[in-house]
Amino acid sequence: MADTTFQAGSLSEMQTGYARLIRTRRMWNGAMLALFIALLVAGFMTADARNAGGFWNGIDNVFDFPVEVIGEAWEKSHLLPGHFAKYFPSLVETINIAAAATLVGVMAGAILSLLSTRGLARWPSLVGLFRRVSDILRAIPEIVIALVLIFVLGAGPVPAMIAIALHTAGAIGKLYSEVNENASLKPVEGLASVGANWSQRMMLGIVPQVAPNYLSYALLRFEINIRASAILGFVGAGGIGYDLKNAMSWGQGKFDEAAAIFILLFAAIVLFDQLSSYARHRLTTGART
Amino acid sequence: MSNAAILTEMRGLFRRKRLVAAAIPAMILTYLVYIFFAFGMPEMMRTADTKNARILVSDSYSYKTHVTRDNRSGDIQIAIEGERKGRYDAGISPSWVTLGETTEILLDKGHIVLFGPEEIRYDIPGYGLVTANPGRGGVNVQLPGGDVPDWINASKNRLTITTAAGRLTITRNRSEVFRYFTGWELFFFTLDSPYHRMGLSEVLGKAVSGEAGAIWQDFWTNKMWRHSDVAWAIFETILMAFLGTVGAALIALPLAFLAARNFTPLGAARFAARRLFDFLRGVDGLIWTVVLSRAFGPGPLTGALAILITDSGTFGKIFSEALENVDDKQIEGIRSTGAKPMQRYRFGVIPQVTPILLSQILYYLESNVRSATIIGAITGGGIGLLLTQAIITQKDWEEVTYYIVLIVLMVMVMDTLSGWLRRRLIHGKPA
Repeated sequence: MADTTFQAGSLSEMQTGYARLIRTRRMWNGAMLALFIALLVAGFMTADARNAGGFWNGIDNVFDFPVEVIGEAWEKSHLLPGHFAKYFPSLVETINIAAAATLVGVMAGAILSLLSTRGLARWPSLVGLFRRVSDILRAIPEIVIALVLIFVLGAGPVPAMIAIALHTAGAIGKLYSEVNENASLKPVEGLASVGANWSQRMMLGIVPQVAPNYLSYALLRFEINIRASAILGFVGAGGIGYDLKNAMSWGQGKFDEAAAIFILLFAAIVLFDQLSSYARHRLTTGART
Repeated sequence: MSNAAILTEMRGLFRRKRLVAAAIPAMILTYLVYIFFAFGMPEMMRTADTKNARILVSDSYSYKTHVTRDNRSGDIQIAIEGERKGRYDAGISPSWVTLGETTEILLDKGHIVLFGPEEIRYDIPGYGLVTANPGRGGVNVQLPGGDVPDWINASKNRLTITTAAGRLTITRNRSEVFRYFTGWELFFFTLDSPYHRMGLSEVLGKAVSGEAGAIWQDFWTNKMWRHSDVAWAIFETILMAFLGTVGAALIALPLAFLAARNFTPLGAARFAARRLFDFLRGVDGLIWTVVLSRAFGPGPLTGALAILITDSGTFGKIFSEALENVDDKQIEGIRSTGAKPMQRYRFGVIPQVTPILLSQILYYLESNVRSATIIGAITGGGIGLLLTQAIITQKDWEEVTYYIVLIVLMVMVMDTLSGWLRRRLIHGKPA
């Protein structure tokens, strides 16, 4: 680039040219930055104006609610173990929703990914179709499917499970197909030469190559799904989110129960994050101790 | 080792492998069976409402127009979906209804309903004429002879006839006919707009001849579909995701330097920053959303702040890992020119990590558009709020379908946009 811009010229010419280039670049960067900041501020003002309570009114109250909850939980701390025992089954339900959804979603997503990877697909002409299917599954937020299914199936854990499983299938379908693309095709060819059918080629030729990556992504998905399942509970899909909503709506005097649920949820999320990050670390580095 | 020993060892290994290969699917199956019963699926299948599913599906692509007669005053009212917003003005009717002393209602497949001054008649092809004289003594139905088919439900005070062409309900005080149509009713213009009865070409013609503003106004303020509110809601959702993600990145960046081993020799500061990130991430979006909506009330700002706080933790972790992996050589080079620490960060570190950070921010931006829909449903802002409201009414399924389509399109557009930006900004490739 440089030699086309300033051809054989003197040093000072080069210097002024360089300075000019730097100046325009700085100006552009500055303009972009100013535009970006203006966008951010305008966005904040718009959001603030459309909020029920404004930011500056609310900022003082941010700690009111946590303080109330902690205060009440502290006063009634002798009740906490009882609340833990009471809400533990709901926590198990939330985790079960996440686990079952991850299991079903990952299996469906793995099949979807194999069908939508060039070179591996069962029906090569339908690769595009299966990719679109996983795009759409990924694009629909869980809450949409969950709410519609709650209308049909009634409130409970199943709508949440199906909703999360569908979203997981879409997300995993994309992630796994990127993994599949890096798999060696030689085992597949070998298996094909001895007459293996498509599912045998995939199970024996591809899956062993990609299993560590598959497992690692599945664990990551499980972490995400625990959070999603807690949130869906809040809109009526059962589990600890639903209990939290009830405890919150009872209002003051019941905040010790809300505190117990907060603690349970926090502990569960941290525990599963740690477990899964340990397992993933072992899978990727292959440490055997 | 002898051949025999190798053989036994090999057989042992194979046996173990087979066992494991059988055990994993068995475990998965056992777990799913447990889930099947723990979630009460047999019970749920029994109580699942297939009627709801049918309503949902048929309502999502079709609508019905009600023609209602007050049997005492003889007044006739025509309203789409029976809603006030879809009511025809008195004396005006769609082409399949002829108003008069005897009102004639043409249904599909040659079915005709007549609302006479005294008598209601429904001529059903292939069955015969049903007449009713609603009054003091009940609805006084006369059916053609023979067995009463199961799609006719007649009692002293009520008659319901459900056919493929429509539905007639007569009580002592009211006679009502539903006629079903495919499509979304009044999607472009409501009945009070002059453009409602025009075809596409006619509307386009009017638009060219200078009425484009009025046409747009009528469409934009459509009372049934509230296009302008929906557009605002979509914008609010994207705004929540944008403010939350960018704000989180701006907060996390300086803190990430504090948490990175190669920039903060002080162990205590590092520890504090890392635990802060863990705490922010661990408390989870749901709890932050609940806590913040107590302080700020419902609205997009609450959602944006909830995303901001949760993602500050996530970004802090990702950014600090990226910072720990920077190449020291560039920093050394900058240092050798006598740069101060801020300049070393600016010219030695930031250019190295920018691509990683930008691509992470864009990834989170697109996933936060989805999260903002969910958070909006909880805090009450954006398209998530509209969606939950429409679902709670349990009858506006066409609007639910419309919102779902819009949400999916919004997410896909954001995906494409962020993918395009990633390619442009990071790889410098023209898309």
